Amino acid sequence: RLLIKGAKIVNDDQSFCADIYMEDGVIKQIGENLIVPGGVKTIDAHGRMLMPGGIDVHTRFQMPDRGMTSADDFYQGTKAALAGGTTMIVDHVLPEPGTSLISAFEQWREWADSKSCCDYSLHVDITEWHKGIQEEMETLVKDHGVNSFLVYLAYKDVFQLTDAQVYEVFSVIRDLGAIAQVHAENGDIVAEEQRRMLEQGITGPEGHVLSRPEEVEAEAVNRSVTVANQTNCPLYVTKVMSKSAADVIAQARKKGTVVYGEPITASLGTDGSHYWSKNWAKAAAYITSPPLSPDSTTPDYLNSLLSCGDLQVTGSAHCPFNTAQRAVGKDDFSLIPEGVNGTEERMSIIWDKCVVTGKMDENQFVAVTSTNAAKIFNLYPRKGRIAVGSDADLVLWDPDVTKIISAKSHQSTVEYNIFEGTEVRGGPLVVISQGKIVLEDGNLHVTEGSGRYVARKPFPDYVYKRIKARSRLAELRGVPRGLYDGPVCEVSVTPKTMTPASSTKTSPAKQPNQPVRNLHQSGFSLSGAQIDDNVPRRNTQRIVAPPGGRANITSLG
Amino acid sequence: IKGGKIVNDDQSFYADVYVEDGTIKQIGENLIVPSGVKTVDAYGQLVIPGGIDANTNLHAPQKGMNPADDFYQGTRAALSGGTTTIIDHALVEPGTSLLTAFDQWTETAEQRACCDFSLHVDITRWHDGLYEELETLVKDKGVNSFLFFMAYKDKYQSSDSQLYEAFSVLRDLGAIAQVHAENGDIIDEEQKKLLCLGITGPEGHILSHPEEVETEAVYRAITIAKQANCPLYVTKVMSKSAADVIAKARKKGMVVYGEPITAGLATTGSHYWSKDWATAAAFVTSPPLNPDPSTPQYLTSLLACGDLQVTSSAQASFSTAQKAVGKDDFTLIPEGTNGIEERMSVVWDRAVATGKMDENEFVAVTSTNAAKLFSMYPRKGRIAVGSDADIVIWNPKETRTVSAKTHNLNLEVNILEGMEFRGVASVVISGGRVVLEDGKLNVIEGSGRFVPRKAFPDFVYKRIKARSKMAEARGVPRGNYDGPVHDVISMTKSVPPTPTSRGPSCPKTLTGPRNLHQSGFTLAGAQIDDHIPRRSAQRIVAPPGGRSNITSLS
Repeated sequence: RLLIKGAKIVNDDQSFCADIYMEDGVIKQIGENLIVPGGVKTIDAHGRMLMPGGIDVHTRFQMPDRGMTSADDFYQGTKAALAGGTTMIVDHVLPEPGTSLISAFEQWREWADSKSCCDYSLHVDITEWHKGIQEEMETLVKDHGVNSFLVYLAYKDVFQLTDAQVYEVFSVIRDLGAIAQVHAENGDIVAEEQRRMLEQGITGPEGHVLSRPEEVEAEAVNRSVTVANQTNCPLYVTKVMSKSAADVIAQARKKGTVVYGEPITASLGTDGSHYWSKNWAKAAAYITSPPLSPDSTTPDYLNSLLSCGDLQVTGSAHCPFNTAQRAVGKDDFSLIPEGVNGTEERMSIIWDKCVVTGKMDENQFVAVTSTNAAKIFNLYPRKGRIAVGSDADLVLWDPDVTKIISAKSHQSTVEYNIFEGTEVRGGPLVVISQGKIVLEDGNLHVTEGSGRYVARKPFPDYVYKRIKARSRLAELRGVPRGLYDGPVCEVSVTPKTMTPASSTKTSPAKQPNQPVRNLHQSGFSLSGAQIDDNVPRRNTQRIVAPPGGRANITSLG
Repeated sequence: IKGGKIVNDDQSFYADVYVEDGTIKQIGENLIVPSGVKTVDAYGQLVIPGGIDANTNLHAPQKGMNPADDFYQGTRAALSGGTTTIIDHALVEPGTSLLTAFDQWTETAEQRACCDFSLHVDITRWHDGLYEELETLVKDKGVNSFLFFMAYKDKYQSSDSQLYEAFSVLRDLGAIAQVHAENGDIIDEEQKKLLCLGITGPEGHILSHPEEVETEAVYRAITIAKQANCPLYVTKVMSKSAADVIAKARKKGMVVYGEPITAGLATTGSHYWSKDWATAAAFVTSPPLNPDPSTPQYLTSLLACGDLQVTSSAQASFSTAQKAVGKDDFTLIPEGTNGIEERMSVVWDRAVATGKMDENEFVAVTSTNAAKLFSMYPRKGRIAVGSDADIVIWNPKETRTVSAKTHNLNLEVNILEGMEFRGVASVVISGGRVVLEDGKLNVIEGSGRFVPRKAFPDFVYKRIKARSKMAEARGVPRGNYDGPVHDVISMTKSVPPTPTSRGPSCPKTLTGPRNLHQSGFTLAGAQIDDHIPRRSAQRIVAPPGGRSNITSLS
């Protein structure tokens, strides 16, 4: 039970002054002169802003990577998140190819349930594609509250899917009512460039950014937008790191595609110049994919697009490794484990770069740090809004406090902070998670394992209303014609070099209208006796007399 | 040739032209020429370089069928329309030799072609073994352009890695990479979907090849070419958005060229929905004609402003009977449209008659640009002393109506049927011989010569060379890292190999310790270094020259 008096409540649509009373982790009353039981702990906000707790939509706590585990586990990670004003995280489940999605999902649940200090939810990454995966995705959506899946266009020969597989995955995702996420980089080009760099003897962290130029990211974003358009599937691009990738998303939105872009703390707060640092350990600390752009105007540009609505959601992609772990790649940059910190700094950096500079107001700040994410991933209005009945995940925000970010004072366990020395204005004064005060007077009081899993339903309205309308419109129609009865060229019997045309790969197509056996299907052989062995095969070349008599519709004049 | 206005891509002027032995000998007024010379009166007309059609498929079979119009009928039609040089695509089936295909094409064309020709080679399956053949083709055979397919999945399609490798090789050889730009993966899925829905007619072709699929592939090809620093030529630009991608890439400084075709400049894809199957099927080509009625105008405008540079026909004709192989399944319809004969008139009518470009730009997009790009300049694409006597006397006032009844192809259908175009070739001279005069064609089968093309065309490669010099990537000189290194649990069951382990192992120039990867890669049998004990990467090494503690963790 908690009462906050005299707060300026900030939602994404408006700000107003009121008191707020919460009980059992839920907001019970909002208004003036509230009638509350006696003896309730009261915080006086003195007119400071009270906003919904941040939602960090992209974390990778204790993520396994090539035999190592990212340095911050769910305890340290969520502790850092809470310290920065983020009261919910959505972590990525990364099933190794060959393992079951559900068992990986349960493994992550187990880790998070025992360690997480704030509420959490999970995205599931698709690292390979076959029919079994489709069934597991269905189970995850229906029984486990997962409504977002990530596919990789990078990490060739490890996680990367082909365009055809991505097309199928997206079709499945659309039918399930989930959101398709992509890690957008062209893995083929990256692999070639990595090989070239290593051949030239470039083995340090600068090789990472040299082998992953900005165009490679923009190309993959463009491609995934194309596939999403084709399949009418909502798309969410994780980690927008460069200007050109952001532009592709902005343009696609102008053309009407349902696509969302997520810049991360790192891309909003710093740039990629540090890859050339003489200090190997420092340079390695910035390694993430797509890399930070070396263009120093990138953070400002991304902040502007975030402010104008072309990008919608912010994450942190928090997945740091300590220096000893990074040093596994000291002689080969392609072995350096990838990921940067940012879950603790996210809210303050955005406030400093966007609100203080006047790019956005406090309401937009709430939108990009929590509300939009809650809407897209179907957590709204339980999360991302201050309203009666919503979860009591709140942040009392002090816009005037300044802080210098440093590895010495941060919550994460890694030795480097990529924002080292950056001074930011704006920070949380009090953080309330599930109705309990977890940060007050600079002291953190977190409880390991108190975080709950938040299930998310499919077909989020915010995303799927448009998708559904388009599905209805987009029905394809053929042209009704009589049968063609002109001459048909004799094809010389399978010339040696002729390969089967692509559609033979699929299950034979249904042919509701044609009585004629299709050339394709006769090329598809099944061994053993078949049900229609007794029916003589008709040759397609023959001109058939269609039922209802010949219609001479083919005029060559 | 007397009294004409000579039009090159840079200027027009009035002069007489004297031709001897297939080359232009003199240009000027009051020329001193031997007596008894045949004289052509070009008074009031334009004297332009003969057209170059940079994309024809006069010999490439599709699905086991040969095109209805081969080198003879094709080049005959080309000449009748004012085109005096063609560059045909030699399609190499996967698994066959490039040289064999090239020889076969050259032999056939030399016997049949009525005008000069050159060849692009289409590579349908890229592997490292092709390098030698490529080198021979470029250095000895005069081929400097190779086409790759991003469509036709499981048949001709190349992956992004293959394109990257191929583009790098082409850049080193000084050739031009061409792409057929469409995302084959998506098309394949869409085709399956449409057949499942029971859509089997030609409209399925366009429904399964939406505009975005072309645009996406163009964008991707440009990205790869930029990475590989290889000049790129996009064949068959059929949609507005694909053209836009090329235009934007050029603004960013990419060396990329776009080729719209006769069909795309003259007509639209509305005919795919024609009730007459044969008409609808005649329009089937890839990428398909765009259903958007404003596309031809838009492409013409970009051509006029220089965002697109070259026009061709992508001529590939299949008779209705051949197309009818796909009467129950649109994916089996052989692809290709006509346009070799109408190209020059279409460009004149759509671009010059409407005032979008002038006669000099007309020459640029119909011949000069192609000649420069493909290393045939100034032998082709210019009226100058010493150039080949491939000359067209162009009558801008006359009009012609296109019809399958009067055209010079075997095809029964013409996709431009009934259209009227201003601008007609009244006299065509090929190799110094008058082949069209007073409406009469007088061609000689087999008179066409192969035109070899040199590598490193200046028009394209000057910039590429400068960029290669600039673009060298440099590492950061650092002392050896000597901090702690994390212990990796040895070979956990699920650790996937990282991408680089697939590639050839890289020479280690700087570092001493054995890399973790390579120790995970096992070779069967005894190895040359078996006697050397393997060092574990985890150990902290004392670098030669003593420890330098460069790693400060503060």
